[in-house]
Amino acid sequence: MSRHVSTGKTRNKFLSSTATFILGAVAMAQTAQATEELNALVWCDHTDPALIEPFEEKYDVKVNLKEYEGTGAGLSIIEQSRPGDWDVFVIDGVDVHRAVEMGVLAEIPADALPTSDIFPEVVMAENNVVDGKTYAVTEKFGYNTISFDKTKVDPKDMEDMSVIWSDKYAGRIAVYDYYLPVIGLVGLGLGIDTADLGADDMPAIKEKLFAMKKVSKQVGEVVSSQTALATGEVDILVGGGEWITAVLSEEKPNLDWIIPKQGGLRWAQSIGVMKDSEKPDLALKFVQYIMSPEGQARLATSSCYWGMPANAKAGENLTDAQKAALRWDDQEGYLKNSQLYPIPDADLDAEMQDAWVEMLQQ
Amino acid sequence: MATASLETRENRRAWGFVTPALLWTVAFFVIPFIVMAAISLATRKGREIIMAWNFDNYIEFFEKAHLLKGLFVSLEITLTVTIISVILAYPLAWIIAERVPQKWQRMALIMAILPFWTSYVVRSYSWLLVLAQNGVINNTLVYLGVISEPLELASTRSATVIGFVHFFVMLLTLTIYANLVQMPPNYRRAAADLGANGFQVFWHVVLPLTLPGIMVGAFLTFVLCIGDYITPQILGGNNELALPQVIMLQLGRRADFPMAATLSIILMVVVTMAYIACARWLKMERT
Repeated sequence: MSRHVSTGKTRNKFLSSTATFILGAVAMAQTAQATEELNALVWCDHTDPALIEPFEEKYDVKVNLKEYEGTGAGLSIIEQSRPGDWDVFVIDGVDVHRAVEMGVLAEIPADALPTSDIFPEVVMAENNVVDGKTYAVTEKFGYNTISFDKTKVDPKDMEDMSVIWSDKYAGRIAVYDYYLPVIGLVGLGLGIDTADLGADDMPAIKEKLFAMKKVSKQVGEVVSSQTALATGEVDILVGGGEWITAVLSEEKPNLDWIIPKQGGLRWAQSIGVMKDSEKPDLALKFVQYIMSPEGQARLATSSCYWGMPANAKAGENLTDAQKAALRWDDQEGYLKNSQLYPIPDADLDAEMQDAWVEMLQQ
Repeated sequence: MATASLETRENRRAWGFVTPALLWTVAFFVIPFIVMAAISLATRKGREIIMAWNFDNYIEFFEKAHLLKGLFVSLEITLTVTIISVILAYPLAWIIAERVPQKWQRMALIMAILPFWTSYVVRSYSWLLVLAQNGVINNTLVYLGVISEPLELASTRSATVIGFVHFFVMLLTLTIYANLVQMPPNYRRAAADLGANGFQVFWHVVLPLTLPGIMVGAFLTFVLCIGDYITPQILGGNNELALPQVIMLQLGRRADFPMAATLSIILMVVVTMAYIACARWLKMERT
């Protein structure tokens, strides 16, 4: 008996030592894997290993990614961080000015970026360049419009924005939980251009927001919205677009999206280097990698959501099926019939957010 | 003289034991609370926080219906969850304490609290899969012909309540069970000898004696439930916002720390009131 116990103890000790050794070896291997670390505050499409790993391998660096949704959330994270915590920042194209005013972004040498390869409509110099200095570059764009299951709804109904607050599809609508594009869409539905949207328009917009909430089943972030549409929980997604449906194009050919006759919202995400970064050169290399044709193709088809690459040369690295899912050839028409996000000042932004919470509480 | 010296030594020893706990409480509760209370008196203007030292945020909370509603939603959900959890946990604890043979009681308790071992977030997402339109419940009911169209279970307040109840029934079962097994069987025998029937024994003897266990469990349920953000966020489908969700919106989207601090203070006041109510009822306060 005592021999048995002793053997058991010896075995346990051996297992414990082996486990400690293995854990130690793994920890050492991880340390040895990357000599440097880069911290990037990004949208979820950048968290795809297929996008990040080639950069990590090439530069022997570990890229730490934190994802967020909505500029307010991103700026809030930065405010709660210490200077130097972040090296790279992905931000809504229309909000680059806000970030520059806050002193968050560093100037990027214009000649370090492939600006001439970017689709002219999305260069967005008025957003990415401040006082003649380039602070960010558009990396990806797409549309916030209406995604739907074409086997369950009449696609013709989707051509009119008013469908999002009509009773016809009550209980079958999901709303993307991001106030800016959805308020912009409601504004377009009321005939208000995003550039003209002001505080005077908010009562009418609120009324339609509340009507939309009444007929919707849920208001959710990217993943839950996509899941709801993909699993048939809902048939329409307000605020959706190719970024929701393209990634599912092979598995769910029944999902489609449209820009209604009133127009759609064009989103464009920009990437820049943080002003307080302690590794500005490496951060710039990351930006350059993301803007390269290879990086752009990977970003466009990221596992979180797809979107058009800003760099036209990315097309060489995309398959025909991927380009078809992104509707590569239809972009000219889409660009004409879409508007950028509203750019509210602090007061209007607060009013919009209040309206959004009010809507959620309906 | 010797007695005084002994008393001094005892006092020093006592302070020696208490000081670490006091320092911990001051460092991690009192100071953060004072800071939070001070921030709640500031104002957010644009992206700047101005120390205004006024009660504007508190006034705004009571003036803006969508903020106030967060508190009512939280209270409604919490009270519903607490009542349902007590109703379900009591019979479960009773069965384990009274009907399960003693040698199996430990195993029965482990089985009852098994869901505790899984991650809270995973458990909430699992409920989403169970309650979804194409989830286990709807598919089963449709397959059995009980319903023809799936029920709206997910993304509702009911889903939030179900997720919470699943968690808190386990907690309440433990506190009530602990009370039940401590109760000497002689009390019930004496009541029965004096002519009380089964219901009378339960109503006049067992229930009052297990009330502390119920109230402790109910208070813990109340505190944990009213401050929870995860379950309403995952299972509620953002169709209404509980107060912790409203607080998160202030932090995550607006970086409005003063308003978030104000809402947090209000939440603490509600929890304190709940404690006072429970403490009085149970006569737990020192006299």
